Amino acid sequence: MSLFIRNGLVYDPLNNVNGEIMDISIKGGRIVEDVDERKAKVIDASGMIVMPGGIDIHTHIAGSEVNSGRLLRPEDHVYDIEPKTAITRSGVGRSIPSTFTTGYRYARIGYTFLCNPSMPPLEARHTHEELEDTPIVDKVTYPLLGDWWFVLEFLRDGLIKECAEHIAWMLMATKGYAIKIVNPGGLEAWGFGRNVRDLGDSVPYFGVTPREIIRGLCMVNRILNLPHTIHVHTNRLGQPGNYITTIKTMDCVKDLATSNKPVIHITHCQFSAFKGDSWANMRSGAEEIAKYVNGHSHVTLDMGQVIFTDTTTMTADGPWQFTLYELSGNKWVNHDVEVETGSGIVPFRYRRKSYVHATMWSIGLELALLIKDPWKIYLTTDHPNGGPFTSYPKIISWLMSKKARERTLEKINRRARARSLLPSIDREFTFYEIAIVTRAGQARALGLKNKGHLGVGADADIAIYNINPREINPSRDYKAVRRAFSRAAYTIKGGEIVAINGEIVKVLDGRTYWINFEMSSQIGDLTRAPGDLKRKFREYWTVEFENYFIPERYLKVSAPIFVRAGV
Amino acid sequence: MYADCISPDIFGGRSPEEILKLKVWEGNRLKSLGDLFYVRFERDIEEDNIAVKLVGSFIKVRRIGANMSSGKIIVEGNVGMHLGEGMRGGEIIINGYAGSWLGGSMKGGRIEVKGSAGDYVGAPYRGSRDGMRGGQIIIHGDAGREIGHLMRGGTIKVYGSVKHFAGIGMIDGTIFIQGDCAGEAGAAMRNGRIIVCGYIPYIIPTFTIDSIRPNVDVDGEKISGPFYRFIGDIADNGEGKLFISKPRNPHLTFYDKYL
Repeated sequence: MSLFIRNGLVYDPLNNVNGEIMDISIKGGRIVEDVDERKAKVIDASGMIVMPGGIDIHTHIAGSEVNSGRLLRPEDHVYDIEPKTAITRSGVGRSIPSTFTTGYRYARIGYTFLCNPSMPPLEARHTHEELEDTPIVDKVTYPLLGDWWFVLEFLRDGLIKECAEHIAWMLMATKGYAIKIVNPGGLEAWGFGRNVRDLGDSVPYFGVTPREIIRGLCMVNRILNLPHTIHVHTNRLGQPGNYITTIKTMDCVKDLATSNKPVIHITHCQFSAFKGDSWANMRSGAEEIAKYVNGHSHVTLDMGQVIFTDTTTMTADGPWQFTLYELSGNKWVNHDVEVETGSGIVPFRYRRKSYVHATMWSIGLELALLIKDPWKIYLTTDHPNGGPFTSYPKIISWLMSKKARERTLEKINRRARARSLLPSIDREFTFYEIAIVTRAGQARALGLKNKGHLGVGADADIAIYNINPREINPSRDYKAVRRAFSRAAYTIKGGEIVAINGEIVKVLDGRTYWINFEMSSQIGDLTRAPGDLKRKFREYWTVEFENYFIPERYLKVSAPIFVRAGV
Repeated sequence: MYADCISPDIFGGRSPEEILKLKVWEGNRLKSLGDLFYVRFERDIEEDNIAVKLVGSFIKVRRIGANMSSGKIIVEGNVGMHLGEGMRGGEIIINGYAGSWLGGSMKGGRIEVKGSAGDYVGAPYRGSRDGMRGGQIIIHGDAGREIGHLMRGGTIKVYGSVKHFAGIGMIDGTIFIQGDCAGEAGAAMRNGRIIVCGYIPYIIPTFTIDSIRPNVDVDGEKISGPFYRFIGDIADNGEGKLFISKPRNPHLTFYDKYL
């Protein structure tokens, strides 16, 4: 079927299109030069914004920890029920929606590509099963490799090339996309009841430091030519004073960058930008981080914005989740995933009147507004850690309108308001910049060639929002912006209209992208693992090697990305 | 059937036609109130004091009067789960049996059950910590397990007997039990008071005996004892007070020597 989108105001930052009235032609799931208008289905988008489909670089939507979170919180789902319709399945929502609902709700706000950021390799099968049940959207998943015993051993012995071979096998075996590092070294130390306090601390038993892990994996990432950079959740996340650690983390890989390309992505940076030395005098370190990022080109960030709501925090960072449990006294889950990683889940409510929570809210926005180049910071809430993804329209309105920010500032804790930098920031995002932080920038950071833009040859993943920037002033009319972005007028995925005015009209299966290496060595054959992995499997894991890796036929819609690695 | 629309707050200000069209979930089907119930309107009720009278068996209807803030509901018959959940004000009177989660997470108002009630009276929904915060629940018959779970305020009075774990995880408020309690009263309680006037087979070991009190005051009413007063639950650093009738529990006299 061919589609013709007429007269839309197109925002396509990767092709430098800034709100021009253009027509877009779609055929065979891709954007083409032109189609026969008489035969195509025509969408009249006059007075509407046309953007590439949204991309979420960091959202916990599938896998064992997400599912444990669902089980832990019946009270979260009970009053947000999604009844079945002729084409959609039933489900529940709020902070951790069920898989099908996740797909539908993302499609409703115009998002078509999701990155599930923390998959313990052992749970890859479960994760892919849930991703399969997340309809409409395309997805990738990042295996957690920063605390993997093999990686720690290789890096201790300085065997970068062997480490790269292992990671290449792991990415293919788990059908992963990027290297995710969570609290490098800290998760392993947590197995001994400890944590690491700084980049120079050594990990018990292994004797390797977080700095060596980050640098080692960054080099591995370069050897393997992966499309995305290393995706780092920093040490000391959520502790006052951690902004120094964050800057040190960014700085430790500075020399590995070539030709101004980013080499590290600091995820949910808000949680890593606290100043002060206790919760009582915790302050925003956004200014310092923004200063560093403005002066360097090897870093990208995402916000990890906090929303004042009841949500569920979940991360592989077991020690941090234990701290959060101690702070909140809530029910919790903590889990050690064999030799690979850890995890924790704690329900949490961010309160306006809490000094710390209000400061966190402010930090997220300060980061986005103080970092001058929108290509370096992306909009996320670290769903569901900072708040559910359904609140993205709210964040868009805060970014676009100082008035919207002031409205919320009026309601937050007084001390947090007095210390917030937000009143001094006048910057307001344009629709073009919003298109960067929600789509184009993320596509570039992820190295996606056919996503996040509307050039000829791109995948026809398009979101149309019913708002006219030529008539509406988003700074004043932020509520209209919020309304428009919370219900896409049309969401088009792979050339098919999947949602109209926030109603799902067609359900498709999204693709699962993964990295496939073109290599001459035997690594391409999953049954022949590199080194002595196979032998160690017997000693270390509770599953058999043969059950560990995921064959390609296991994925419903497999979309391998071929990468030429340097090993 | 989920019928949160049966509430004076929602009926108020609506015409009879609109009330008949209110949505009700019957299983996974969305229906309107008029399809399922025979509804009669009496015009002479004052606008600001709306009373809803339910006649018949409502045992499969859940969430009646949820979040109501004023007015009155009278049930002539039995009624299902989650009656008056999250209620903030007004009054509900049941001339029959009430299901589980009666007045769950309620914040104010008054519920009176002439018959018995099910489990989890005043308790929050599964997984939630939002216990009852205020108001009054009076049950003339018996009640089930875990009444007043995670309760933070208000009063629950049961004139009959209750089953296990009355006031589990209680944070504040008062539970008064005229009859017997099957055991484990006050487990994991942090504060608040539980008064048992009848027989209780044992006190859980994480409570310590504090004193013997001649009588207890419940909402201005003097209940004469004497009562053993226990403090706990120590396992949760609790300072809750458990009043247990001395004459009705002669098997607890061994506590006297610790006084």
